[in-house]
Amino acid sequence: MNVKTYAEYSTANETPEVLFWVGCAGSFDQRAQKVTRSFVKILNHLNIKFAVLGTEESCTGDPAKRAGNEFVFQMLALQNIEVMNNYGVKKIVTTCPHCFNILKNEYPSLGGNYEVIHHSTYLQHLIDEGRIKITDAASFKGKKITYHDSCYLGRANEIYEAPRKVLEELDAELVEMKSCRTKGLCCGAGGAQMFKEDEPGKKRINIARTEEAFETEATIVAAACPFCNTMLTDGVKSKDKQQEVKVFDIAELLAAGQGLEKISF
Amino acid sequence: MITYFQIYLFISFTTMAAFYAYRGYRRVYKNIMLGKKEELSDNQSERIKNVLLVAFGQKKMFKNMTPAVLHFFIYFGFIVTQIELLEIFTDGVLGTHRIIFHAVENIAVLRFIYVGTISFIEIVSVFVFIATVAFLSRRFLIKVPRLNKPELKGFPVQDAATILLSEIYLLICIFSMNTADMAMHHGEYGFAVSGMLMHLFSGWDYTSLHYVERLGWWGHMVGVLALLVYLPYSKHLHIILAFFNVYFARLNPKGYISNMPEITKEIKLMMDPIATHPPVDANAAPVKFGAKDVFDLSWKNLLDAYTCTECGRCTDACPANQTGKLLSPRKIMMDTRDRLEEVGSIVAQNNGVWKDDGKSLIENNFISVEELRACTTCNACVEECPVMISPLDIIVQLRRNLVMEESNAPAEWNGMFTAMENNGAPWQFSQQDRLNWAKE
Repeated sequence: MNVKTYAEYSTANETPEVLFWVGCAGSFDQRAQKVTRSFVKILNHLNIKFAVLGTEESCTGDPAKRAGNEFVFQMLALQNIEVMNNYGVKKIVTTCPHCFNILKNEYPSLGGNYEVIHHSTYLQHLIDEGRIKITDAASFKGKKITYHDSCYLGRANEIYEAPRKVLEELDAELVEMKSCRTKGLCCGAGGAQMFKEDEPGKKRINIARTEEAFETEATIVAAACPFCNTMLTDGVKSKDKQQEVKVFDIAELLAAGQGLEKISF
Repeated sequence: MITYFQIYLFISFTTMAAFYAYRGYRRVYKNIMLGKKEELSDNQSERIKNVLLVAFGQKKMFKNMTPAVLHFFIYFGFIVTQIELLEIFTDGVLGTHRIIFHAVENIAVLRFIYVGTISFIEIVSVFVFIATVAFLSRRFLIKVPRLNKPELKGFPVQDAATILLSEIYLLICIFSMNTADMAMHHGEYGFAVSGMLMHLFSGWDYTSLHYVERLGWWGHMVGVLALLVYLPYSKHLHIILAFFNVYFARLNPKGYISNMPEITKEIKLMMDPIATHPPVDANAAPVKFGAKDVFDLSWKNLLDAYTCTECGRCTDACPANQTGKLLSPRKIMMDTRDRLEEVGSIVAQNNGVWKDDGKSLIENNFISVEELRACTTCNACVEECPVMISPLDIIVQLRRNLVMEESNAPAEWNGMFTAMENNGAPWQFSQQDRLNWAKE
């Protein structure tokens, strides 16, 4: 894959247009890696000069901060800021709403001031500029897609429309779940819940959300967050519906729509 | 003679009520001020806009139509009734009867305005009555789930009933007063609703009607004063504090959680190889991370707690609560307030000095670790609150204390912290493998 690091740009005395912040899930989680690659395919297809930090990237510190460990968060944040400020990073795009939120809202007061864009907004801009061309490589005609609002995109940063605009590009029917937008039900992963067992209760949160998705009768559940993606995929699997209902990131769907990616749905 | 006696009674009641009310509100103010400083008076225009839209305009209430409309009747009724209360109060001090009416009765335009205003208040009051009955039945007959959660058992439900029943009581008083007054004067005022009700009193003699009128007048007056005194001990205090709470609400995006500057300092020292530690002040209070008790929270968190009217929209929207976990954002607010009341009274009893009672906001029958752990920080509670309270901010501060002061975290989290420190990722992967995804 054609991916260059900031270090490589730097040695070549070049400046990339944008830093693609991959995030831990996007780097290590097998499912999220696919999303990373789909997004990169779109960027490469449009000849966008982007860089990644590669091995110089660390976790933003989000799960530690939300769990209450401000020490670990700030340690990582200050390291990341040092790396990015050394390269003179100005603009960041990321496929993870948690990275997006923390880079945009919490890094500035620690000395990290960047223009931070979530990939849903980034893709929407590309669509608005007319740079994305949907081909008939993958036909979404007659398919129902339901979009799951990520809390850190939606309520946390009031981005509700951009991911929907991206999905509207595809020739599919966009249907809403019972709770959506400001009332969107969490997938259950935020606040470092992803990394531990649930507290005792009647149900797992991801199951409750998956049930809402099933109610729409959509066969594609679109996510814009690697953690939501995992939680919903697990939900679908636990209901043994993985043949009927597929969970995809908006970047994967858009890449498929452009014929850049083969996905089965 | 009887007039002077009534003036005497009225002034004594009012003075007494003012005294107790002052003590009650001062207690609330002092308790809120036990919180830590937080600067929240920037960007005034945005804050004023919020007060107009969210507090006066009740914008966030209207996400849920039925209760919003019912609540709006009561809110609007409360405001317009203050006009009539002005006359009642003046009459009480001067021993007069409908002083404004008698001042304007011979000026057609002003008389029309007076009668129109009182009639308008009467009509609005009918809607208030309907709304109050609807609220009582939502809570006690239909049993709307969010109004029947475990944290409301005991005083909170009694408090809610007290407020709703006293609204009905006040309405009965004011309608008895107006209707008897109309009947006594053969309808000469021409009020809209009491004009229809006055036939209920047909055949009553003047003296009996006069007693009913006085009973209504006094009942209303005493009821209003009693409520004024009761308010600072009730969830109903939101009718005052909501405006302040909305004004001082944090204006950052909801996803923002403040960074702790005391930690930035430490880490910068750690990262800088040639830094020398500044001399340690032996007398300085030890730095405490996060919040263990109410005085570790910001004054805004405490204002939030007193503003909460326990409506439970937050708990209804909470994904943890919906799936049967112990966490209820409303309970976070109620526990914070209850603990603050406890702390406040200890401070008051000791002439402004805090004496450790060996308890704190965490556990001790207040907020349990299990509740704190269940939060997904999804902001649904913050989004829902009609008066811009943030239960999430308190949860995060308490979590900080658990993790950084008590080293109290689930094993999986400790593993995650270690992985983040060593590998720069919440999982045990080597940082050198971060770009492996691109190798395909």
